[in-house]
Amino acid sequence: MKKIKAHLQNENDLKRTLMRISHEIIEKNPDLNKIAIVGIRTRGEVIAQRITQLISKITNTQIDNGTVDVTFYRDDFKNNFDSPKIGPSDIKFDVSGRNIILIDDVLYTGRTIRAAMDEIFSYGRPDSIQLGVLVDRGHRELPIKTDFVGKNYPTSINEHIHVHIKEIDGEDEVLLMDYSE
Amino acid sequence: MSILSTKHFIGLEEATKKDIETLIDVGYMFKEVLDRPIKKVPSLTGINIANLFFENSTRTKLSFELAEKRLSADVINFSASSSSLNKGETFKDTVQNIHAMKIDGIVMRHPTPGSCLQLTKYVDSVIINAGDGSHEHPTQAMLDIMSLHEKFGSLSGLKVAIIGDILHSRVALSNIYGLNKMGAEVMLCGPAHLIPPFIEDLDVSVSHDLNEALDWADAINVLRIQRERMGIGLIPSVREYRKFFGITNKRLSALKNKIIVMHPGPMNRGVEIDSDVAEGDHAIILDQVLNGVAVRMSILYCLLGNEKDIKKNEKK
Amino acid sequence: MRKNKVLSGEWVLSNGKIYDPYQNKFLKGDLLINNGKIHKIGTINKKNINVIDCSGTIITSGFIDVRSHFRQPGSGYNETMKSGVMAAMAGGYTTVCVMSDTDKPLDSPESIKYIIDKSKELPISILPIGSLSVNHKGKELCEFGHMVQEGAVAFSDSEIPIRNSQFLRYALEYCNMYNIPIINYSKDIDMSHEGVVNESIISTQLGLKGLPDMSESTIVFRDLMIAEKTQGNIHIAMVSTKQSIDIIRGFQKKGVRVSAEATPHHIVFNENAVSHYNTNAKVYPPLRTEKNRKAIINAIKSKVISCIASDHSPHSSEDKEKDIKHAPFGTIGLESAFSASYTELIKNNLEVTDIIKLFTSGPKDAFHLNTELIKIGSNVSLTIIDPNKDWTFSESDIYSKSQNSLMLGMKFKGRVELTISGKNAFGYF
Repeated sequence: MKKIKAHLQNENDLKRTLMRISHEIIEKNPDLNKIAIVGIRTRGEVIAQRITQLISKITNTQIDNGTVDVTFYRDDFKNNFDSPKIGPSDIKFDVSGRNIILIDDVLYTGRTIRAAMDEIFSYGRPDSIQLGVLVDRGHRELPIKTDFVGKNYPTSINEHIHVHIKEIDGEDEVLLMDYSE
Repeated sequence: MSILSTKHFIGLEEATKKDIETLIDVGYMFKEVLDRPIKKVPSLTGINIANLFFENSTRTKLSFELAEKRLSADVINFSASSSSLNKGETFKDTVQNIHAMKIDGIVMRHPTPGSCLQLTKYVDSVIINAGDGSHEHPTQAMLDIMSLHEKFGSLSGLKVAIIGDILHSRVALSNIYGLNKMGAEVMLCGPAHLIPPFIEDLDVSVSHDLNEALDWADAINVLRIQRERMGIGLIPSVREYRKFFGITNKRLSALKNKIIVMHPGPMNRGVEIDSDVAEGDHAIILDQVLNGVAVRMSILYCLLGNEKDIKKNEKK
Repeated sequence: MRKNKVLSGEWVLSNGKIYDPYQNKFLKGDLLINNGKIHKIGTINKKNINVIDCSGTIITSGFIDVRSHFRQPGSGYNETMKSGVMAAMAGGYTTVCVMSDTDKPLDSPESIKYIIDKSKELPISILPIGSLSVNHKGKELCEFGHMVQEGAVAFSDSEIPIRNSQFLRYALEYCNMYNIPIINYSKDIDMSHEGVVNESIISTQLGLKGLPDMSESTIVFRDLMIAEKTQGNIHIAMVSTKQSIDIIRGFQKKGVRVSAEATPHHIVFNENAVSHYNTNAKVYPPLRTEKNRKAIINAIKSKVISCIASDHSPHSSEDKEKDIKHAPFGTIGLESAFSASYTELIKNNLEVTDIIKLFTSGPKDAFHLNTELIKIGSNVSLTIIDPNKDWTFSESDIYSKSQNSLMLGMKFKGRVELTISGKNAFGYF
């Protein structure tokens, strides 16, 4: 049974978080022409687009944006195929020599991020990859750390974080879910 | 369970519409992979695939091998000469050997109809039919269907004419099943004695007049005329065939609508299709080749992608 | 389990209905046999005599099969005389006509004598069908006269059709002197080239070369034209199409000496049996459409077809496990022939006596054989059937050395309970 345990963030909280992450990215990357924002399908894609727009607006610079779909890179087939929407990856710029800001909604085991990094390397050799997520819920299984994080929510194994995005779920919010029996 | 309705890929007769749609969708994703600088994904790492070719094939074999390698599968190849096969003995022996080697997937081309189905009785591996005699060649039909889908966006109501020697073709049956399931209309056009008996029962129309077929069609699939058929009196001569069934620019330019021309290859230029047609802007023959790799990746991935999960569970 | 038993001395078959198909009559009472001879029919004092209770059964004459392959002379890998005989007796047969097989044809008086000599040691009669031509080549006639003297009951080149019409004409004319039938394989070689299954939407869907109806019926027509002209005696084996039946009926009406047989598998199955590339369903002639199957049953009713032949064709499992193009044609059939035919024909309103005749008087008349009547002094040649027995045909019912039966797993009505030939009995006690 999935139950909502708590509303962690609402639309306004989310807006502030994205604004803060955008500023942090700008602060950490003095050469904005070198950066490109890449979201991980599905929700990371939308979040990445929003961050791209924010940075463009703040700095008045054109920022490259792309999407990766890690289905083919995952080491677990079934879980991924259940996800409703799969589509091709979409990176229209040359990643070589760039600083890639990889964006996802929730950081959990780190396996998705590993797969996404593999995939980015199939397009070329970036100078660096930085990671930004809205929520870090812990339980890492790989040595992966965030560069930009909205909020840390140390969860128990039965607690899951659901990030809802207007374009996909109709609403902007972050929920704490209870998956226990 | 695979995400398709069947464990194996024996023919489009058994496939569902949803299977075909899934394979096309996933096929597009792989097509994008084929555009990358590094055209390889790790989806089938650790999966062993054997390509068993009991009959000559260059294109299909190459396409499958490329698809397997781009998915990071481990591949072994076996080709038997047709002479050693004539007694029908090597088939079972070879297959039992393969079985003993614990292969996850088998891609097989065999001159006898039904041999792939028979194989499923002897081994546990996932079987993919790369052409069984004049029965089915489902991966070829899938790439034809994907190419049409790419060109037209949908197959619903699309008019597709298959032209040539339908009787000896393994491509025709698979195309008929697949196109019908996707809502397209199919017409067969060829000399009367090269149309299989009772084929109308499969919900297709038949014409012996090429001009009629071309007027009707949105797209045509031109089958290869096998020159060896000419020896046994089935096709009187090249010039006779070309005159009545050859696809020429003259014929195409006389049409009201611009139609799409496909060919499964290899082509007999100047017989069933002229060079300037094959290289002209009606033809999508090279798109078919690329889609062939993509859709075969899709088929392999959808059938074998979960093998790793199964293996993991066995370990646990 | 069926058992072998030697019935020495006096035995009574009691409480069965006795039916003699040759005299076409039911006999009253019990049947006393003594050392392989029928001793008495009627009321029998059963004191101190072995009794076999035949309640609910029909005691009738031993069956005759007009078409079996025992692969003799041969290596014995697919079949031996002994295993063939066991299979025959399990199916109720006391007489089996064996075909000349192409790898070792019965094309000389010596080879006919070989079969006759071998069968002397066996409990049932094995009657050889000699080759029509030397080596089944269709070029030189065999020594018909000499072979008939040695015991040949018919001539045929087995599964090799006679392509040369003039040769068939000579054969019919020459054979006429000996009053035995000629059997051709009704197959137009050119039209059947590489054909595997019936030509229909099913062959098209399977991607297999088809064997059209006309590849059989054109040959039937040609053969009967020649038989009419030569006043020869022809037996049409394994009729499978309505066209052939119509042709045969026409020539029978004209008085041409032609008899016809059907096989149990053509009575029971239509072409759908082969739809999953089942190699056991690869038979010649191919299993046809339902319309043709119905026509065969109607031809049996109207007596155009007067015999059922098992076409018992043993093939090793290696051979039948080849792909469908290379697997050989044929199914075994002796063990299941009666039950399969009976189950289907009784549903189509044939009488049990009519069905028995298809296995006895029909073959006798077609091949002009001598048979034992059920009367005092005759040699014992009896089949005891339970017409109401429901049973399933399984591997344990197969006595042939080969297992290539199309009938495995089928539910039958009616079973051969016991076959007695001379003193030898085989079946359920």
